[in-house]
Amino acid sequence: MFEGITAGLATAMAWQNLIYVIIGCFAGTFIGMLPGLGPMSAIALMIPVTYGFDPASGMILLAGVYYGAIFGGSTSSILINAPGVAGTVATSFDGYPLARKGQAGKALALAAYASFSGGTIAAIFLLLAAPMLAQVSLSFQSPDYFALMVLGLTAVAAFAGKGNVLKAIMMAILGLMLSTIGTDQSSGIQRFTFGKMDLIDGIDFLLLAMATFALAEALMSVFRPDKGGPSSDQLSNMGSLKLSKQEVKEVAPTVARSSILGFFTGVLPGAGATIASFLAYGMERNLASAKEKLGFGKGSLKGLAGPETANNAACTGSFVPLLTLGIPGSGTTAILLGALISYGVQPGPRLFVEQPEVFWSVIISMYLGNLVLLILNLPLIPYIAKLLNMPKQILTPLVLFFSLTGVYLISFNTFDIQMMVLFAVAALVLKLMSFPMAPMILGFILGGMMEDNLRRSLMISDGSLSFLWERPITLAIISIAVVVLLVPAIQAFRKKPEAVEATA
Amino acid sequence: MGIRQNFRRILAGSILATVCVSGVSQAEIINKAHFLVPGGAGGGWDSTARGIGEAMNRSGIIDKVSYENMSGGGGGRAIAYLIETAERQKDTLMVNSTPIVIRSLQKVFPQSFRDLTPVAAVIGDYGVLAVRADSEIKTFADALKIFQGNSRKLKVAGGSVAGSMDHLIAAMIFQAAGENPRKVRYVPYDAGGKAMAGLLSGETQLLATGLGEALEMERSGKIRIIGVTADERLPSASNIPTFKEQAVDASFVNWRGVFGPPGLDNDKVAAYGELVKKMYDTEEWQKVRDANGWVEIYKPGNEFMAYLESQEKELGALMKQMGFL
Repeated sequence: MFEGITAGLATAMAWQNLIYVIIGCFAGTFIGMLPGLGPMSAIALMIPVTYGFDPASGMILLAGVYYGAIFGGSTSSILINAPGVAGTVATSFDGYPLARKGQAGKALALAAYASFSGGTIAAIFLLLAAPMLAQVSLSFQSPDYFALMVLGLTAVAAFAGKGNVLKAIMMAILGLMLSTIGTDQSSGIQRFTFGKMDLIDGIDFLLLAMATFALAEALMSVFRPDKGGPSSDQLSNMGSLKLSKQEVKEVAPTVARSSILGFFTGVLPGAGATIASFLAYGMERNLASAKEKLGFGKGSLKGLAGPETANNAACTGSFVPLLTLGIPGSGTTAILLGALISYGVQPGPRLFVEQPEVFWSVIISMYLGNLVLLILNLPLIPYIAKLLNMPKQILTPLVLFFSLTGVYLISFNTFDIQMMVLFAVAALVLKLMSFPMAPMILGFILGGMMEDNLRRSLMISDGSLSFLWERPITLAIISIAVVVLLVPAIQAFRKKPEAVEATA
Repeated sequence: MGIRQNFRRILAGSILATVCVSGVSQAEIINKAHFLVPGGAGGGWDSTARGIGEAMNRSGIIDKVSYENMSGGGGGRAIAYLIETAERQKDTLMVNSTPIVIRSLQKVFPQSFRDLTPVAAVIGDYGVLAVRADSEIKTFADALKIFQGNSRKLKVAGGSVAGSMDHLIAAMIFQAAGENPRKVRYVPYDAGGKAMAGLLSGETQLLATGLGEALEMERSGKIRIIGVTADERLPSASNIPTFKEQAVDASFVNWRGVFGPPGLDNDKVAAYGELVKKMYDTEEWQKVRDANGWVEIYKPGNEFMAYLESQEKELGALMKQMGFL
């Protein structure tokens, strides 16, 4: 194994491969920053460039693109509330409010540090235990995934803090309902498609996120210039990049926890970066003190660091099933698998034995990629953040333009544009009545996976609900979800009399 | 290779590739191809298009190749688009595969392969049933015994929705063994890889998939393939038994091929057929083919059409019996 690592190290450190990492990170960041283009499009765009490379160099470049695009996606989530990837939706929950408070610089810097830490810690795990973890990734069955999605949904509670529990739950249910549109996996029957071919594949996540986040926000700034977007004097200082010692102390445990959580969620082929980021967000809020809890959704540093760390750690984790089993856990890793095959490398249990230099150089280049990304991006942050200094008359149309074209360029379907506008207007109306959008997108993303796994579990257990308690993993996760939901309720119930006494 | 050439590849391979519009009508000389992929980047159709395109381009059979991804409607949107704009799509080839037959039978989209010009079937992938390496099921007969005892005890994983190809492969095999195909307990996953993970995690007993996706897992000793729907054992995987030799008359191949717009003239179809034939002999193609585990099944023009019609009949009868039509 050590021979493999040294060979991998030598390959990854070769000067041309270092250049590839840099090019990959740079290209990825740039593409990912455009709203609508995520890691999947970025990698697909870059694959033709790598034809003719040797496999290790090709993968090194693409891994750089992957990380870069995720980081770039966080940037657009934070600055203009346009998450181009499902994995960065949770980043926008607290990142965008931070930017609106005039702390865009700090938010971006924190995102960069968090991504770096998450990616690096996960890469170390990968280095130490990848072959062993293959077994872990296969230990999860459909009931366990279902339980995991339920746990993810409890994050809705995070948006219910401001007294509108009912509104948050209603929006989560709306999201769950929207996720049922399209072809039903278990029966092959079309649901709520109104006979329209464009709806057979369901509603695209990107479309919904762009419409309800970016477009609705841009429209809001037109409707209520006082409410949408930061005021100009707040922006004249985009805030310092530096985190105070106190703040570092505050986020450090968050980063550590979220890296581990993110990595292990990423290892599971049926979960991935999105679930990881929601779980981390939910976890951080549940662990936060009562006072900190109020800050979530309004620009909490922990609320930004948690999901941002977890999604990067999960991306690294998703290389475990890809490299050791040849099983892609997400659309992005599926594209990477295609790229590997086109280089003549067959990922699977034998890769580690037969082509150790490819296996290890990819893992080592991940570490390098994270480092390069940090070095590359920190100096750029002030310039990127300046984007917000643009007069609103220019910024708003630009956001509208990029969001609409971003979605169009993926499907080339005008129906998608119409649907986007419809959703954006609906979202605007709901926002004016102060319904939160985040629970809706949470319900939408988790809803589809939750339903598929529930239906599969039921099919496998022949319709019996016993799958909920038959496996220890399922039972454990379900119990955590129940505790997460019940404890705050009980606490609130018990605390009230005390609070009254204190004031009396 | 030169940077400039690389750059050209970026442009050509870009998912933002624009539609080539051209009025060249000389059928004999084909020096460029535009591939329309009815699904997103990275899928099976995409890798087929890019595999064929790159092999043709790199070996110098054609000078220029471009790709266009258009997903939606289970491939139906690309079909509708090709028909609507047929006039300016004379140089466009759309990649497709067996699902065009299945989905048109299911009325997912109103068109069928008859509304296009079948140019050639290029590659094929056989269906397989696989079990975990440590499964007590060693042969198809073992699986059949469990099925006959209680079909609920034999869950079959597959990487697509109920009623689609993986499901039909499993149903077809059990039907050929004299069983009721409706009794097959099919558990759908949203991708082939996840179905594989489902089998390996032990939640299903069988996996129905394509040979290409299962072969590497078999070689690494994680799974065992208990039968392949080919007529004879394959030279590339001679240890895998066919269903035929296990006295189960199941024969199926998932073809992947290319279609032209409706009304493409015969000369051009023939010229494309020749192009594919020429490609088979190139080193570049053989490399791509072996890397992906593809099997060549050459069926040009009319032969392809006749094959599609017989497949439609066969699958249609099976789907009707299963209650999907």
